[in-house]
Amino acid sequence: MTSLDTFIHLTSTTAETSSRSGNRRDVLSVLRNFPYGLALAWLVLALVLLWATVPWVFTSYDPLQGTPGGQLKAPSALHILGTDSLGRDLFARIVYGAVHSLSGAIAAVGVGLVVGSGLGLVAGSVRGRVDEVLMRLVDVLLSIPTLLLSLSIIILLGFGTLNAAIAVGATAIAGFARLMRSEVVRVRNAEFVEAAFGSGGTFGKVLWRHILPNSLTSVVAYTAVQFGWAILQISTLGFLGYGAPPPTPEWGLLIAEGRNYLATAWWLTAAPGLIVVAVVLSANRISQSIGRSTR
Amino acid sequence: MTRYVVGRIGQALLVLWAAFTLSFILLQAMPGDAVLIKFLNPEFGLSADQVAEIRAAYAVDSNVVVQYGHTLVNFLQGDFGYSLQAGVPVSAQLATNLPPTLKLAGLGFLAATLLAIFIAFLSSMAPFAWLRNAIQSLPSLFISIPVFWLAIMLIQIFSFRFRLVSVINPGPWESLVLPVATLAVPIAAPLAQILIRNIDEIRTRPFVAVARAKGASETRLLWRHVARNAILPTLTIAGVLFGELIAGAVVTETVFGLNGIGGLTEKAVGNQDLAVLQAVVVISAAAFVTINLAVDLAYPLLDPRLRTGHGAAA
Repeated sequence: MTSLDTFIHLTSTTAETSSRSGNRRDVLSVLRNFPYGLALAWLVLALVLLWATVPWVFTSYDPLQGTPGGQLKAPSALHILGTDSLGRDLFARIVYGAVHSLSGAIAAVGVGLVVGSGLGLVAGSVRGRVDEVLMRLVDVLLSIPTLLLSLSIIILLGFGTLNAAIAVGATAIAGFARLMRSEVVRVRNAEFVEAAFGSGGTFGKVLWRHILPNSLTSVVAYTAVQFGWAILQISTLGFLGYGAPPPTPEWGLLIAEGRNYLATAWWLTAAPGLIVVAVVLSANRISQSIGRSTR
Repeated sequence: MTRYVVGRIGQALLVLWAAFTLSFILLQAMPGDAVLIKFLNPEFGLSADQVAEIRAAYAVDSNVVVQYGHTLVNFLQGDFGYSLQAGVPVSAQLATNLPPTLKLAGLGFLAATLLAIFIAFLSSMAPFAWLRNAIQSLPSLFISIPVFWLAIMLIQIFSFRFRLVSVINPGPWESLVLPVATLAVPIAAPLAQILIRNIDEIRTRPFVAVARAKGASETRLLWRHVARNAILPTLTIAGVLFGELIAGAVVTETVFGLNGIGGLTEKAVGNQDLAVLQAVVVISAAAFVTINLAVDLAYPLLDPRLRTGHGAAA
């Protein structure tokens, strides 16, 4: 589980740097301390979300319909990211592709979040033998390299956007389960939870009112990291040809299609890849800021 | 101590058995009969009796429990069944495909280690804060780059733009340069992260202050006192790195068209060749479990603080 380690790293090393904020509140120090990177990260994610919801606002070209005679044109004022081998505008394809990559990632994280947190919550709350069995199950999931686990599920379910999302989501379950369990165990031993039990709270009520809200923040931060990780994994599966079928403009597939024109059309692979990097970096940066604010 | 070792080995075997069972449930027990689909194809011109014979040989017509026992015994003996696509034993395929992957993974791991150490020490020796921050954010950048895209960009830049590495009939070593570079990046990232974190943490320890007070130079301090303590904990992520190595090998071998275990895996998924994928999954899980077991058992030997069981927390 690389993403879990990344997450721990992101939230741990940056905690020290944030504490050194000056008392002077002049304009200069406000300007200097403004988290430009974080703002940029939110901006990138907001933009990509807009691409996914209202793509027609950003481009007038059709992502599936090429212009005859306009094949493999380099980036220009007319086509800001150039055109592909069928004369389709690359920028339009990236914008319209956002919905495929994002919805895939959101579905994947959703699967991991619901199933993983559920398992972790049960294991951490019930403890005992159930905990033991569930955590060994998580160990087993972790013992299979994530890509191989995804491929096993893909070969079982077949190719397609939703199947790829499920395959990626399954690899996220173990991480969510471990995190949620450790959070629940941590909160459970706190005095206010003991007090809540002592003052007559039933198990379900205490879980809902006290344990869940207190363990949620780090799960939210982890969700953001997982989102970036899922975008990477989905694009990898798309690139290998196991995700959405052509001519869907999914980002990984765009890179795979551009691969045949490396010598002549560099923009076909460079542009979609840079978008993926930007989105993943943004998700990681945002997760880092959430993790920092909770500690 | 012996009890701990035996318990730990037992636990590893349990996880491995469960991983095998999971792969069996996922890849073999599910409905669908790949053998029937393949051999009923009129191209083979097989009679119904012959198909039945083949199915008996693969033990696909018996019930799930018998199949499970059959597969488990075979796996324990190193027999992973037949590849439906190639028609040869999976173990033979693995044997021919393993050497290129070992070479690629070994060199990739070596390059990643060097790169990670380079980044970590550069960041701890950087004279300016902005430079240090820039170097420290390199690992975060590395893990955000899709490996397949990195491979393609390297080909584009070094083969097509600068023509430094030939793509047409490259020499045996020349053909490995870009794949190794590709594989090194995602593996170097977590290594560098943990190294940077450890160096920062160990520098605040009292024994470093003592060494500094006694007049050790910054360089000596770093190499003699900090580095030795910072490198040891990287062992704990050995299993994670192995997973990265496998995923990296699948993608890298696919992009560069190398015939290794990764390429074999990718083809197996494309061809619905379940036997090959199951063998790769189980062997990887076995390797992962073994690596983690070895680290757990070796760590107390390498770190004397852990031997007594109390005192310093690791």
